Amino acid sequence: MTCSEFLAQLDDLIDDKVSVRMRADLEEHLHGCEHCVITLSTTRKTIEIYRKHVIYELPNELRDRLQKAILAKCKKC
Amino acid sequence: MSTIQTQGTEEIHPDILLVNRARAGDVEAFEKLVRQYDRQVFRIAQHITQNREDAEDVVQDAFLKAYEKLNQFQGNSKFYTWLVRIAVNESLMRLRKRRTGRMVSIDEDVETEEGSMPRDLADWGPDPEEQYGQSEMADILRKTIQGLPPGFRVVFVLRDVEGLSTEETAETLGLSIPAVKSRLLRARLQLRERLNRYFRNRNKDGVK
Repeated sequence: MTCSEFLAQLDDLIDDKVSVRMRADLEEHLHGCEHCVITLSTTRKTIEIYRKHVIYELPNELRDRLQKAILAKCKKC
Repeated sequence: MSTIQTQGTEEIHPDILLVNRARAGDVEAFEKLVRQYDRQVFRIAQHITQNREDAEDVVQDAFLKAYEKLNQFQGNSKFYTWLVRIAVNESLMRLRKRRTGRMVSIDEDVETEEGSMPRDLADWGPDPEEQYGQSEMADILRKTIQGLPPGFRVVFVLRDVEGLSTEETAETLGLSIPAVKSRLLRARLQLRERLNRYFRNRNKDGVK
């Protein structure tokens, strides 16, 4: 397996959607390719970091104001 | 989320019960849906529009539109994905208004060199974000994701941040499943490459 072929399966590997056979092929490639080991681990980390950090928080005060505005309009519908 | 078992094998999602009550005029039921999903709608709108005021407007307009169109909700998709579709459309409309003269579309396939074969690789260690404070980290993540083309950004946000499936993301954005997969791969790799600059540089300087 080449690095390009590995890359084509990267998302399915991360999302745990590869067949048993494909997984074995991918793991075999990883044993001999540090480049792809790092690509896999840092891509996984990228997703984890974005999941962990809420970068656009809705402040409570604004949240209350928006909720009130939405419901007031709904009641007029 | 829990579901309610009916007599047969079908399960009714609690949102559907709230939607049914709201359709019958129960505004409190709709209020529960608003409280459940307003944070997510705000995040998605902010990611797409990159503008706080627009995101606030999107939250209001998306929920209002959903309320007005409740009768059109078929129930064959989740209420949440239906709501997200409305919010994405409202967000794109506002993005287009701000960028008059420049077409903004999630359909355009953006050719970039980034996102192909990763280069210049260094591992980040187990907790790369520990090198930065909470607000510094949030700035880095905002700056990094803002650099993605809108069509990649929205796929990454729906799929990886908000947890929609590939199928739900495709349905929400009106894209094919292969298009979602291709954008997701490129978005993930581009973000990885951009974050690599922050994490790799610190390691190079010997700051752990």
